[in-house]
Order: sequence, then C-alpha cells, then structure tokens
Amino acid sequence: MYLTTYLLLLRRAETALAAGYRSVSDGHAADADVHFATAGHADRSERHARDLAAALDRLPAADDPPDRFDVVGLGAARPGPAGLLRDLLDLYLLASLVDATRTAVLQAAKAKRDSALVDLTQAHAADTAAQLAWLTMTVKATAPQTLLVA
Amino acid sequence: MRTDRIDDIWGARAPHGPGTPWPVRVDQHLVDGVTEADVERWVRGACLLCSNGCGLEVAVSGGKMVGVRGVASDRVNHGRLGPKGLYGWLGQQRDRLTTPLVRRDGRLVETDWETAMSLVVQRSQSLLAARGPLGLGFFTSGQLMLEEYYALAMIAKGGIGTPHLDGNTRWCTATAAAALSETFGSDGQPGSYTDVDECEALFLYGHNVAETQTVLWSRMLDRLDGPRPPRVVCVDPRRTKVAERATVHLAIANGTNLALLNALVREVIERGYVDRAYVDAHTVGFDDVVEATADATPEWAGEVCGVDPDDVRRAAEIFGTSERVVSTCSMGVYQSHQATAAACAVNNLHLLRGMLGRPGAGILQMNGQPTAQNNREAGCGPALPGFRNWANPEHVAELARLWNVEPGTIPDWSEPTHGMQMFRYAEQGSIGFLWISATNPAVSMPDLARVRKILSGDQCFVVVSDAYLTETAELADVVLPTALWAEKTGTYTNVDRTVHLQDKAVDPPGGARSDLEIFVDYARRLGLHDREGAPLPPFETPEGAFDAWKEASAGRPCDYSGLDYSRLRAGGGIQWPCTASAPSGTERLYASGVFPTDRAICETYGHDLATGAPLDETAYRALAPQGRAVLKAVPFDAPYEEPDDAYPFRLTTGRTVYQFHTRTKTGRSPALEAAAPSMWFELAEPDAQRLGIGEGDVVRVTSRRGAVEAPARVAALREGVVFAPWHYGDRAANDLTLGAWDPVSKQPEYKVAAVAVERVAAGTGLAPAPVGTASAPVRPRGDARTEEG
Repeated sequence: MYLTTYLLLLRRAETALAAGYRSVSDGHAADADVHFATAGHADRSERHARDLAAALDRLPAADDPPDRFDVVGLGAARPGPAGLLRDLLDLYLLASLVDATRTAVLQAAKAKRDSALVDLTQAHAADTAAQLAWLTMTVKATAPQTLLVA
Repeated sequence: MRTDRIDDIWGARAPHGPGTPWPVRVDQHLVDGVTEADVERWVRGACLLCSNGCGLEVAVSGGKMVGVRGVASDRVNHGRLGPKGLYGWLGQQRDRLTTPLVRRDGRLVETDWETAMSLVVQRSQSLLAARGPLGLGFFTSGQLMLEEYYALAMIAKGGIGTPHLDGNTRWCTATAAAALSETFGSDGQPGSYTDVDECEALFLYGHNVAETQTVLWSRMLDRLDGPRPPRVVCVDPRRTKVAERATVHLAIANGTNLALLNALVREVIERGYVDRAYVDAHTVGFDDVVEATADATPEWAGEVCGVDPDDVRRAAEIFGTSERVVSTCSMGVYQSHQATAAACAVNNLHLLRGMLGRPGAGILQMNGQPTAQNNREAGCGPALPGFRNWANPEHVAELARLWNVEPGTIPDWSEPTHGMQMFRYAEQGSIGFLWISATNPAVSMPDLARVRKILSGDQCFVVVSDAYLTETAELADVVLPTALWAEKTGTYTNVDRTVHLQDKAVDPPGGARSDLEIFVDYARRLGLHDREGAPLPPFETPEGAFDAWKEASAGRPCDYSGLDYSRLRAGGGIQWPCTASAPSGTERLYASGVFPTDRAICETYGHDLATGAPLDETAYRALAPQGRAVLKAVPFDAPYEEPDDAYPFRLTTGRTVYQFHTRTKTGRSPALEAAAPSMWFELAEPDAQRLGIGEGDVVRVTSRRGAVEAPARVAALREGVVFAPWHYGDRAANDLTLGAWDPVSKQPEYKVAAVAVERVAAGTGLAPAPVGTASAPVRPRGDARTEEG
C-alpha cells in the first residue's frame, strides 16, 4: 500500500512549496504584494504540512518509493523582475504538484473510506486553489512589463 | 453676517425630526474689507476640499476671488460650509506656480510652455519608439475635473494604449469602488445624503465624519439633537466627536475591522434578523457568508478587537431592530489589509436586512476626495470609462467604437495597473516616463524614503502638473503650472452621486493652464488620432469633453445623458443616473432590488476577497447573479504588521479637521494654518504616563521604515494606539507607514504599522493639535506626566 508513501510526498511537496514561498517573500521584499502574499501562502502551506504529519502518525509505515520520487524545491530567489517571474513559475509548478498529489491521496482516502483523511485533504484543497489563482494572476499581471519593457 | 468655522466648526444646530427637511443655514465668508455690496459676481459651483461636495458660490471682485457662500437650495449642504470650504480657497492666492520649470544641471529653472511641452513630448515619443506604451505611466488625483479625467483616459487608453493609469484615489477610495462592484456589480453609491434625514440608526465604520466631512456631520448632529434621534454606532479606536455621541462606541484595535464585522454579520444571522424573502429574491451567496462567519462569535471578536462582547451584541441588536439604517465606511475601513472584505461585510449587513433603496436605509461607501468618483467613472482608475469591464470584450469593443479607435489599442489583457505597482515599475525603470497630476505622492504615499528615491532617480523621467512647488514637484524633471478650482470650468461628483458644475470665476495666475488644456496640448503634439485621422480626443473645451462623456456614460450605471451644463448651472447639484426617463436624477439606487450584476452589464466578474485573484467569466456565469447582489465574505486574518517587543504600538494615520491632505491649499490659508500649523502625535494617557510623556513633550516615533519627531498630544484614544495626522510634509507620518495593500482594491495599509515611542525632549506647552476635536487633550491645562517624567 503506497498511500503513506504518497502522503509523505504530499507533505514534502507542501514543505517545499512553503519554503519556496518564504524564499520569494524574502528575496522580493521590494515587491510588496509578492512579499506579503507569499508570506501568507507559506503560513498556510506550513500548516498543511503539519496537519499531514499528524495524519501520517496514524497510518502504517511507508513502502519504498519509486525512483526519482523526491520533490525539487525552489532554492534561493532569483534577482530582478525576470527572476521574479521565473520564481513564480516554479511556485506554480510546486503548487500544481501539491494539487495533483492531493487529488491522488484524496481518491485513495475515499476508496479506503478514511473520512478523516478525506476531510483533511478537502479542507486544504481550497487554499491551494486560491494560491494557484493568485500565482496565475500575478504571472499575468507582471509578464507584459517584465517580458516587454524590463 | 460673518461665519466662524474655526472655533465653531459645525455651526449652530437646526434640530429636526425624521422625515422633515433639513433646515437651511447659509454660511458665508468674505475677506476683510469686502462687503456684499463690493461683490461684482457670485459664480456658482461646489466646494473641492472634501468628498461632501457642498454647493457654493464664489464671490468675485476686481478679477479676484474675495469670498464664498453656501447655496441654500443645494441638496448636499442646504447652505452650510465647513472650515475648509470657507477658508481653504484662500490658499490658492499664495505661492502659485506661474511658469513651467525644467531641471537643468540638477536644478529646476523657469522656462516657457513650448520648451517644457517639447521636452515632455520628446521623452514620450522616444520611449514609445524604444519600449512601446508600457514605458509610460500617468498618475492623477481626486482633484481634477470629470472632463480632465475623461480626456486623459482617452489619451492613455485609447491613444497611447498604456494600462498604467491610476491616481491617488487608490490611496483613498479604491476600496469603496471595489466593494461596491464586488457586491452590486458596479461602482455607484446606493444611498443618498437625504437618508440621514430619515434614518433610525447610523453606523459609522472608521469614519470620523465630524472632521473629514464636517457638513455631513452637521446634518447628522441636527438629527441627533432633534426629536426621535437615530441611535449611533461608532467604530473607531479614537474617541472622536462621533464616538462622544454614540449609543455604542466600539473602540477596536486598528486592523481588526473584519473580525468585528464578521461577528456583526453572524449575530444578525443567528438572532434571526435576516429578511429571508429579500435575501432569497435579491442575493446569491448567503450560504458562503454563513460559512465564512460561523466562528465569529461576539466573544471571539471581543478578544481579537479588544472590546466588550456585549457591545458587539448591542451593536448587532441596534442594526437588527432598526428598519432604517444608514451605514458609512471610510478610511478606517479602506486603508487596511482586509479592506474590501470589510467594506463588503457592511454591504452584506444591509442586504441581509433588505435595507437598501428606500428612505433612511442606505449605504455610503465614502470617498475621501471631491472628484474621486469622477476619476473612477471616467476610467482613470480600476475600470474602463463608464464602469466598463476590461475583461468583457463587448465592453472594450463598445469603448473602441465610441472613441473610433482600433479595439486592440485599449489595454485589456489585465486589470489596469494600480498606483503602488506603477511606482514599483518606475523604481525599476520599466516605466521611464511618469506624469503626476494634481497630487503629492512625496507626502501621501507610504514608505516615503523610498518614494523620494524613485521620484528623484534618473531611471524615470517625472513630469508634475501642479499649482504649487510641492514636495513632489521639487523632485520632478518638468513642472507644469496649473489652474486650480474656480480658475477653470468643469464638473465633479460627490459621495452621493451629486454632480455639480463649477464655472470659471477668475483667471489662473500668470501662465498657469487648466489640466484639460495641458492634456489636449500633449495629445495634439503627440499626434494622437482616431481611425480616420481625426484628433483624439476630439474636443478642446470642458463642455465638449462633458458632451463626449455623456455619450460614453449613456446606458451605463453612471448615466449622465440627461445632464448638461445649462441645467447644472441653473439648478445646482443633480444625482446620477440622470436620463430621459429620470430627468431629475436618481435619489437612491437599487430601489427595485435589481442590481447591475448581469454578465453583460457588470463592471467586474469579482475577486477572491482573500487573495485578490480575479474570477473569470466562466466562474461568473456559474455564480449567475443575473441582477441579484453578491454576498461575499472571508474569515479575518491578522494585519501585515502587528506590535511586538521592538515596536509595541499600533500606529494609525488620518485627516484632521483644519487641513486637507498634504496642505497644499489649506496650509496656505491663514486661518486653517494657524489652527493646526505643524505635526503632532496622539498618545493614550496610560501609555503616556508609562513612558513619562507629558502634553507637548517631543517624542520620536519609529517604525521599521523610518522615524519622525513631533510634540505629543495626550488624547482620548485606545491604549496602545498612536495616531498621526498625515498632512505635514516636513515631518511626514508616511515615513513610518507600510508599503502593503489590500489584495482586491490595492489600497495601501495606512492604518496599521508597528511603532516604538520614546520621549526625546520636554515640551513648551500644548502640542500644536486642535483642541475641539478627537485630538482634544485629555487634560486641557494639566500635565499628564508622572513624577518620574
């Protein structure tokens, strides 16, 4: 049973996403909306990761993951407007990984009739959807200026 | 008759009961040595020194303004004028710029219009050639005329094609616009000032109306002193004059509006005050509001906001047991981190009770400035002209037809750029040309050290149109001298949609020109034209611009098609929408319970109130409001910056009674200047005692952005809160404030910043703050200092 394994993946993805938001928040402090919004997103993703750690405690040990299973994080923020846009794209990928992994976990939780895990993942899903919408908005808003003028 | 509005700010009372007309009282001020017999002409118009828009007449003698008097028949003020209305115009007669200036060898030097405009146009053209329209930005005001905004919207969006057009209205009324359009589908004030004459209860959220709109407060006072007065609920961390008259004063910690409002919404629902028939017929989203506010108990809100939970219950009970409530929101709500959500919550309360569109039941999402509404409706802010939706291709195409330009010229790929972002682009140099008209961001923006650097740097060419050498103009590359109020003709629209025409009364000084004249000259020099090669904009005069605007507004919520200059000149203020079928204007919106939320009409498809992410057309179709209002709510979140050990106080900033904004006019009006000449800070008495600070002592207030020193006023405000007026450029409150904003309206957070306070020197008497307002000292003659101090 790989549910625990994929729940671990979800937690790692949330943790990597939260760290990515923190990097972007700190690295792009002069872009105030990015700075404050990503700090808020980081708080939520960290809370998700904590909730998932608690959920993992009541599941059996994880099976060995398949190859190339780990999540690659964002690392340090890239400087300048062109760097910010690239950082936002990375955050989008990480948030999408969270979203898709959660879909997989949620489906398994439903099939397992694990209502606690269903409720938990569904509760988190709205936050991730909001993050993805924010990322899309910010990419759309900044791309013309960055790609054409900056 | 001589009127004194310095010591007697609100004037004599004229008490009256609900449903009876507000009595007339005409206020007048003529300069010393001038009598009514000396006045050659009285020129009709309206005051331009707050968003109230009081009807007045300008006295002219010998080609000069020599006085003003209120218009008895005007629906807004019934003859009254406040301190700024009576005396502020005198500031127009000093220190005026009369010739253009250009920067040479680091210094601004006088030049002629030809040289200055050639430079402006050359810089624009070279940037357009090198970078395209995104290299240019235009930043305006809440002080220009409707005609000027519309001309600039046409130039920027129809001619040049840049989305970088915004104004200082972003700092003051963007949240009003955002909340109205989120809830009702379009900007536009539902209520009317006449609702004050009829209401049973008044709720004022973050709105120190006694100082910011003194004549509106006079109107409220005349109800409060009359038979069957309204109950008042005041939400303000300071003990304002409004708070003194309140049935319930909720002195919440600044930054916690949404916690309180969600609790009020929850109480109204829980205690069965909801008008279910109205909600079912005229709204969508009720279940979402129930869910978002489910945990917001009075006890929880009391804890978050620092107020007694029973006071939250009492406020909800007043709202729930009154049939006619007027609610107003102002900067205390708008200049905060969940501003749009909080302002929407006020809209929600009225929708839940079905209290809209009938006498005494109204919402006034206040504006700060007298022409802010025009900035918004003419398309210099978050919407396209006529509250058109940039995301609706039919609206963009309609605008392109009106202007006879290619639809592809009009920037429609994202929301118009907001002011804070424009200054960020200017900081980075991707906006290489920034034209600032009639506003003083070097004092009014948050985090000023950074703003000054942006404006003075080489990365962006800065043009400033202003009447004075303001702190902003001093940093510009080109300064263009402008005509001021009553030196040009134009219209403007107040908080309750009342349109006034101000006729030109006198000539501007020296070579100063109207902003309309300057914008049209710029467009002609740039060679802007429509599809057939005709000049764009197609008009030259204010009346020509107004007629073009009427056509643009026809059929939209802000419909001016039934108005013209001769009607406004003869009859005074008229409320839009004014059409062939409503020729006298429209007192209240939404009397029928039908809202402009149909997809084909709405100004916006709405946003996620928590993140600001826009809903797309598909999501809006799924929501399907189709003429119903949208109930929206999100849970409370903490402010961006909260007090900690290093910065233990909550700073809030605000306007006070004798000054307006950065004092460009009021600071030059002798009576107003003498009444509040320089910067002060207000501290609560227990805080002052603890820090050994006495009345008038000089304190240093420090935030993570900067520090400001000024005398302390020991005043009646919430413990732990520091209040700073933001008028004073030499010791600017905005050196302390935070460059963060509401996610939807993008309005900056001026109302919460963490600061530290220390005493640096003994004072020499009372701080230079007003004594008859919220700033009153708690001990008028005594010293609040402790023995250790």
